[in-house]
Amino acid sequence: MISLAGRDIMHAWGKFVFTGVGLGLLIGITLSMAGIYRGMVDDAKVLLDNSSADLWVVQKDTLGPYAEPSSIYDDTWRSIRGMPGVARTANVTYLTMQVRQGEHDVRTMVTGVTAGEPGTPGWPPYLVAGRQITRGHYEAVADIASGFALGDRLQIRRNHYTVVGLTRRMVSSGGDPMVFIPLKDAQEAQFLKDNDAIHQQQRRTAANPAFNRPQVPGLLDAVIASQSINPYVNAVLVQIESGHRAEDVAESIRRWKRLTVYTRSQMEEILVGKLIATAAKQIFMFLVILSVVSSAIVAFIIYTLTLGKIREIAVLKLIGTKNRTIVALIMQQSIALGVIGFVVGKITATLLMAPIFPKYVLLEPLDSIIGFFAVMVICILASIIAIRAALKVDPAEAIGG
Amino acid sequence: MKSLHLQGRTLMLLVVLLPLLALFIYVALRSGPLAPVPVTVTTVENRSIAPALFGIGTVEAQYTFKIGPTFAGRVKRLDVHVGDLVQAGQVLGEMDPVDLDERIRAQEAALKRAKALLSEAQSRQVYAQIQARRYEQLLAARSTSEEIVATKKHELQVTEAGLNAAREELARSQADREALVAQRSNLKLVAPVDGLITVRDADPGTTVVAGQAVVELIDPKSLWINVRFDQIHTRGLAANLPANIVLRSQAVELRTGRVLRVDPLADAVTEETLAKVEFDHLPEPLPPVGELAEVTVTLPTLPAAPVIINAAIQRIDGKLGVWQVMNGDLHFTPVLLGAADLDGHVQIREGLKVGDQVVAYSTKALKARTRINVVEHLQGVK
Repeated sequence: MISLAGRDIMHAWGKFVFTGVGLGLLIGITLSMAGIYRGMVDDAKVLLDNSSADLWVVQKDTLGPYAEPSSIYDDTWRSIRGMPGVARTANVTYLTMQVRQGEHDVRTMVTGVTAGEPGTPGWPPYLVAGRQITRGHYEAVADIASGFALGDRLQIRRNHYTVVGLTRRMVSSGGDPMVFIPLKDAQEAQFLKDNDAIHQQQRRTAANPAFNRPQVPGLLDAVIASQSINPYVNAVLVQIESGHRAEDVAESIRRWKRLTVYTRSQMEEILVGKLIATAAKQIFMFLVILSVVSSAIVAFIIYTLTLGKIREIAVLKLIGTKNRTIVALIMQQSIALGVIGFVVGKITATLLMAPIFPKYVLLEPLDSIIGFFAVMVICILASIIAIRAALKVDPAEAIGG
Repeated sequence: MKSLHLQGRTLMLLVVLLPLLALFIYVALRSGPLAPVPVTVTTVENRSIAPALFGIGTVEAQYTFKIGPTFAGRVKRLDVHVGDLVQAGQVLGEMDPVDLDERIRAQEAALKRAKALLSEAQSRQVYAQIQARRYEQLLAARSTSEEIVATKKHELQVTEAGLNAAREELARSQADREALVAQRSNLKLVAPVDGLITVRDADPGTTVVAGQAVVELIDPKSLWINVRFDQIHTRGLAANLPANIVLRSQAVELRTGRVLRVDPLADAVTEETLAKVEFDHLPEPLPPVGELAEVTVTLPTLPAAPVIINAAIQRIDGKLGVWQVMNGDLHFTPVLLGAADLDGHVQIREGLKVGDQVVAYSTKALKARTRINVVEHLQGVK
């Protein structure tokens, strides 16, 4: 038995394939949008993964360090290190700022990491080029998305940093690439005002008779020195020893150190559920609308394709073709169109669309599979409407016209 | 003929559809989460490394002299300005003596008076001595009474005592005057060493309290760098190690020096160890005190040992290790790290041997079951 659908496609295969490609571009956009949504959520999760922490110790009653500002003294880690179940602790600071390199600047999240060896919490867990930071000052490891290259000199506040390593997929929850610098520099960057402001502050202090007393030489210097220190960090990252439950360790730090502690799942809840919730919902709603519109367009295309063949279908009916054959013709064509559309969509989304987005686009295989079945279901549903129209056609139309 | 025509069309369709299908399969398997992770591998090398320590510090003077009066007073004159080179013993300025000169003059008068009193006492004593001798001779000739001789002797003793008193009074007056003169010269602000004036805190007319510095001078030959090293990176830091110094103002110029000493007191608050580093040759012109300097202390070169780059080191489940590539498969090997240098080379004490292949760079975090694709060069890396 010859395939009627195949024959028909052969008859005008160019038109058919181009319709499929057009459909594919639409599906590609929908898949990309799903990828953008997944990418957003993934950005928040990789931020947590990359810090390689089990617990985040932050200022009491804040949602820090990502969702809210948090500052704790930089020697808090010592007392936390002594708690049972704590294997490693590390101070960390986060500051989103413009980093200058030559003529242009890039929005980045500057992360201050504790001195130590690779594997310390907060350090980039893997690199794509160069090496990890070895000096305690003025070295940086940057995310490759920032556009910086090895050996570049970055300017953060008044200091210059040499890029010694590059990493990948180290982004803030907002998708800004991270730049890792030594903690002491980062503390300074967070606190340091411009020279003019520092000078004015010193002048103000000097003008205050309470601090500038002639009979107490050295008092002014001491006061100014005490004004220009920053013993704060944003959070302490904690890795727990195997055999301890994260929640137990967190509870004991909460109880005895009177600090707020988040576990990995709580942090994810804060980031995904609170920090990016609105933005993610926004994208998600757009995805939903785009999906609905795409389905409608797919349905219309199949419907009009069938209506274009209504005369041929009438002829088929006239020569006594069974209804089943006509249904198969339309449905097979519709499914073939869907398959071509999906294949083209997947290819364009992966190779053409995803790479040009500035932020991360995560195309999950599961999303693609769901997308495939959705396309199939839409094609079948759309063809049913077309089939109804085809079956209702009067064979006389074939002659009458 | 018709079937040939049809075959031609089928062929055309296949020409379009087959590459599309091939591309789809490629896309599905080679990109996204299912794709193998591109990695580059590096070989464990047997090489010697020269560990080094890196710290930053500020240029400071070993000796700072704060010169000021020992009494409260008013600055009368100040001859030097910041930047002046002065010599040991040079008078830099003077405090207002107020009434000190007049008191010295009064003391000089008192001195003269004491001298006059002394000569009076001397003449009295000489006269009393002569009298006493004369009456002794008269007594020997039995021409006078013993009582008168005793009186004359007593008078001699009194005048001798008077002479002693006058002598001591003169010494006292002299000492008093010298004390005032010393005080007068103490009002001069004198440079204790050859040095450079760095601070001029008060100008003439200013009242200063005792002990307050009027000028500060440093010994420019004693410039050193007070370097702070993070305590975690201070293993091997010791006196006499060679050091490279880069001054912030002269970043292109490398200067050499050596560690003079490692301070016995570390900074407990900043978790830093302090060390003093001396220049081998002082820069000319002298760097300003307080300038930032980066110091790299070179430790002795270590004998050859298995070495990898620090980018390869990861911490998985609390263990430090590397992803070893064995027959194309990943295997996490825990390692024990040794010394490291500043270029990112780390010695491996245990866990790897020379020639082992380990993952250096990857585009994703690796897991034991990750499929990898070993490449020469990661895509997108400049």
